[in-house]
Amino acid sequence: MISMEFLIASAIGVLTAAGIYLALRGRTFPVVLGLAMLSYAINLFLFAIGRLAVNQPPIYEKGLEQFSDPLPQALVLTAIVISFGMTALIVVLALRSYLETGTDQVDGTPDDDSDEEARP
Amino acid sequence: MSTSLIAAPVLLPVLAGTATLLFRLRRRAVGAVISVASCAGLLVIAALLMARTYGADPQAYALGNWPAPFGIVLVLDQLSALMLVLTALLALAVAVHAVLTGLDRKGWHFHALFQFQLLGVNGAFLTGDLFNLFVFFEVFLIASYGLMLHGQGAKRLTAGVQYVIINLVGSSVFLVALGLLYGITGTLNMADMAVRAAALPAGDRGILQAGAFLLIMVFALKAALVPLHFWLPRTYANTAPAVAAMFAIMTKVGAYSIIRTATLIFGDEAGAFLLPAALATMVLGYAGMLAARQLRDMAAFGLLGSTATLLAAIALFDEAAMTAALYYMLHTTLAASLLFLLVDLVIRWRAVEGAEIVPTPAYKGKVALGVLFFITAIGFAGLPPLSGFIGKLLILAAATPAPLAPTIWGVILVTSLMGIIALARAGSSLFWKADASPPIPASRPAPDYTEAAPTMGLIALLVVLAAAAGPITAYAQSTAAQLFAPQGYISAVLGDNHGSAAP
Repeated sequence: MISMEFLIASAIGVLTAAGIYLALRGRTFPVVLGLAMLSYAINLFLFAIGRLAVNQPPIYEKGLEQFSDPLPQALVLTAIVISFGMTALIVVLALRSYLETGTDQVDGTPDDDSDEEARP
Repeated sequence: MSTSLIAAPVLLPVLAGTATLLFRLRRRAVGAVISVASCAGLLVIAALLMARTYGADPQAYALGNWPAPFGIVLVLDQLSALMLVLTALLALAVAVHAVLTGLDRKGWHFHALFQFQLLGVNGAFLTGDLFNLFVFFEVFLIASYGLMLHGQGAKRLTAGVQYVIINLVGSSVFLVALGLLYGITGTLNMADMAVRAAALPAGDRGILQAGAFLLIMVFALKAALVPLHFWLPRTYANTAPAVAAMFAIMTKVGAYSIIRTATLIFGDEAGAFLLPAALATMVLGYAGMLAARQLRDMAAFGLLGSTATLLAAIALFDEAAMTAALYYMLHTTLAASLLFLLVDLVIRWRAVEGAEIVPTPAYKGKVALGVLFFITAIGFAGLPPLSGFIGKLLILAAATPAPLAPTIWGVILVTSLMGIIALARAGSSLFWKADASPPIPASRPAPDYTEAAPTMGLIALLVVLAAAAGPITAYAQSTAAQLFAPQGYISAVLGDNHGSAAP
């Protein structure tokens, strides 16, 4: 039987690894995907800091002994909003940069002409 | 006066920034006036707050009147007040410069973005909550993305994409650090975290240290320490110089956050790697100044090096060094912005050669510009009689008892010499050497001398900083004493009993 801790931890680990790998790629599209993966990993991680538990009431009430921590969920919500906005921005920026410089390399060096026909 | 004035430095830019949006297409002059007036208002508010907090205990303002560990608090102490005054002075100079040089008319939203950046920076200086610090970081970063791209251009866009990517990764690491710290202490309020971190069982200290390390690493990324500095020269050299002048405060937000969290929560063990990293950054920054072939690169590397000098002083982590660091922080922020504004003037008044460090045939305003450059170079390199000399002297004196003192002395003195050589070489090529090539038959428009007013204002501030070094160091000393006695900060936020809530 695989425990929930193992599942969550390995999911965070795999997402982070994929995110870092993609963020280190040379073209903007994989980098954007990598940043998105990283932010998913962070969101999962923030969820987990409230400790993993099942079947607990979501918010504190008088007399309750066991309840799940509501704060990480609020933090995740903020983090999702910010990372969503930032992803939209970086997509637009990457597009603008591609259209102005004619290359989608992050470091701005022009492509060699092997895929010349792919460009407008 | 009630404590609600503490929220004013955050609220005023929001209102002003929103108001400038109304004058986007027509009557843009009104938007410019609103923006400059808001900066002047911020200066008045910051001065009032500083007068109120000098010699007094820190004061907290609970937003929405939620009690401290649960709601978000804004906390005003001497350090926050000092940073607010510095930000307002800088913002006023840069806003006036941008209006006079017409930079704000090269795009649509300059003033709104500028005000929102001030909102984020002021908020970061005031907040007493770590997650709120993250949010304010995001606010000024998002505004800075817009400002950085202001004016557009292919090179600026490429540098902008890199700048945004590196900061998104930085934000992710920030969140991981916050997660670790919240998971282990169960709070995000800085004062509450300080109390709980001190009471942690020994077995949990490792996770706290990991969180602290990640957090300090994010702040070091903002302050551009080796090996996290690669973004800074490219970003600052490719954006408009006046925008880069405003960005000089952003590296100081990193420095401020390191001071705040290290003195309050983590103690000096969190920053063990800071000193070697800062020394390496100094060497790299000033070497970059020497190697630069154009003025913007030189100013960007100069900012890198001088911020690293500041962080080296912070990393010494005692009261005398902190006093020196605070004085030097005022100097280096103003001097670095001054250098960027001057670079903008050189680019504008020469009109043909841009920022290249090459000899130029005579043009109108060359002599005046040469004098300004000379004074700026003296200020930036840290020669007497301007304030950089006093700042570096204070740092050297504070470093004497440290175990690494010979290294620190050596690095500071040698890098200062490198800075002097770089500036002297640039100045003599720009203003002294006769241009052997025939003059370019281009019309050089007569410069508008009023454009130099903000630059001269910043020079005047450096003079004041040097002339009033006594009272200013007294303030810095009392600030440093307050920082190393965090009890006052904690009881201002949590009340005297510091009854922290049940975990």
